[in-house]
Amino acid sequence: MDRYRVQRVGFALLAAVAVIVVAPILLVIGAIAVRGIDAISWEFLTAMPRDGMRAGGIFPAIVGTFWLTLGTAAVAIPIGLGGAIYLAEYARDNLLTRAIRLAIINLAGVPSVVYGLFGLGLFVLFLQFGTSIVAGSLTLAIMTLPIIISTAEEALRAVPTEFRTVSASLGGTRWQGIRRIVLPQAMPGIITGIILGLLRAAGETAPILFTVAAFYLPRLPQSPLDQTMALPYHLYVISTQVPGMPEEIQYGTALVLLAVVLSMNVVATLIRSAYRRRREW
Amino acid sequence: MGRCLDRRSSWITIREVRLIEQSGLENNTSRWSEFAIEMVIRALGFSAIGFVTLIFIFLLREGVPTFFEVCLVNLFGTRWYPTFGLFGTLPLILGSLLVTMTAIAIALPLGVATAVFVREVAPDWTREFLKPMIEVLAGIPSVVLGFFGMTIVAPFVRRTLGTPTGLTAFTGALILAYMSLPTIISVAEDALDAVPRSYRDGARAMGATEWQTIWRVVVPAARSGIVTAVMLGLGRAIGETMAVMLVTGNAARMPLTLDSLFRPARTMTATVAAEMGEVAQGSVHYHVLFGIGLILFVMTFAINLTAAATIFQKRRRGGLR
Repeated sequence: MDRYRVQRVGFALLAAVAVIVVAPILLVIGAIAVRGIDAISWEFLTAMPRDGMRAGGIFPAIVGTFWLTLGTAAVAIPIGLGGAIYLAEYARDNLLTRAIRLAIINLAGVPSVVYGLFGLGLFVLFLQFGTSIVAGSLTLAIMTLPIIISTAEEALRAVPTEFRTVSASLGGTRWQGIRRIVLPQAMPGIITGIILGLLRAAGETAPILFTVAAFYLPRLPQSPLDQTMALPYHLYVISTQVPGMPEEIQYGTALVLLAVVLSMNVVATLIRSAYRRRREW
Repeated sequence: MGRCLDRRSSWITIREVRLIEQSGLENNTSRWSEFAIEMVIRALGFSAIGFVTLIFIFLLREGVPTFFEVCLVNLFGTRWYPTFGLFGTLPLILGSLLVTMTAIAIALPLGVATAVFVREVAPDWTREFLKPMIEVLAGIPSVVLGFFGMTIVAPFVRRTLGTPTGLTAFTGALILAYMSLPTIISVAEDALDAVPRSYRDGARAMGATEWQTIWRVVVPAARSGIVTAVMLGLGRAIGETMAVMLVTGNAARMPLTLDSLFRPARTMTATVAAEMGEVAQGSVHYHVLFGIGLILFVMTFAINLTAAATIFQKRRRGGLR
């Protein structure tokens, strides 16, 4: 066969593979949207669950996920940002830095359920936070950390060295240069990374299984040391643990969770592309 | 910047700035706070090492008692019936391996082909569509994919393959394959991207078609990066919990026969997630579940270490090859 024909066939095959990869993604979103949309109503979003979760709304799960994500952000952002600044601006290429990078790669690879075990061992039992929003947020924060550190470091490294040299030549100290010149320039990239990390935290189930999640708690959490329901765990519970669960509510819950996560994803993508178009270097 | 402008006169010279700085008059306090800030940043930089160590310590603390409480013959036996004191983890370990390996066997060709398509072949508008889609896939919570697998993929598998249940190791592998695709695609893409342009130009100049250049020059040159991609995908797949738990049927049986792939299986992660909520703290069962967590941690650590080793190697040689 003519080798240009081989090429045409080959390229067509590659395109077919790309379709095979992308089509199921659209199918997942489409199927859940179509089957779940009927469940969505003002009551579903703002009412307490009733009748053993078989009726009513999912309000406490939404609120729980909100608090957990906020708690995760409060812990993960300062630590992650500091870690990224260290790696991008201060660290030399030595054994220690390599050990840090290795630790980050490994943190990113620790199975989510192992994070759950760790959270149970350290925060719930050893530090005696109990199953609580605090314990869950801390667990999720450590899980999110590698995502935030690596994306923020990349954003900081993308700022040209000249910015730092000019700042220094004007008499600025190293920290002033980072604080006033480098960080603002890298901010859109850093925010994108933070959102991508937080959406992972908002959607995770395994780390909160033993650290926060309440099976059925038809009230809002009163303090950070309270248990709470959460969207992903709620979806797991109503799709496996409750007999006679109406399908509509299952799909409705899945749709709400998907909508939360995807809208965060879209925001992150928009910030990044707006910033790429606008930046001057 | 405002420093170079003195309030009273207009400009001061660099020499004067240096004198002011040497005298320390201007920012004695700010120099201290700056020192403090830098120390905090350094400490935060090392935090990742601290967290990995903490995770390891707490898994050891709760998991190591297993090896004193349960004899090794039982622990690596073939029967997992915790209520009867039988803690054979072998079916769980093999279950994890079966599901993970099948998932990678599906994801590797799909992932590499997609990476090649996105990086080398696709026109710009297709790339602008594909890349965000793959990011969306990475963002879909695993419990949602598991729910989708359970309610839509499993019945489909049951009908097409005629198996008694759709909740099989294969169904789990299918979902897992898609979950590891974003990792594989993005790392493989970086590897392809790092192949020097001159390689491509050289091959084209000698008369190779684009297709020949891709498969005989570019992909082989990106080989080690693609291996890294697969390793990282493998690490993700083996640690995946919720989707697997919802979809594989959770029967702790030894996957020894050929048709095991189309029967229910149970993974280590699913076992921990499903049973941890019901055990008494400090019981033998509790310790065994932490022991399984420890095994998982060590496995993913080893996999990531291997992947990282290739990353560092490339760095030392200066650029990905």
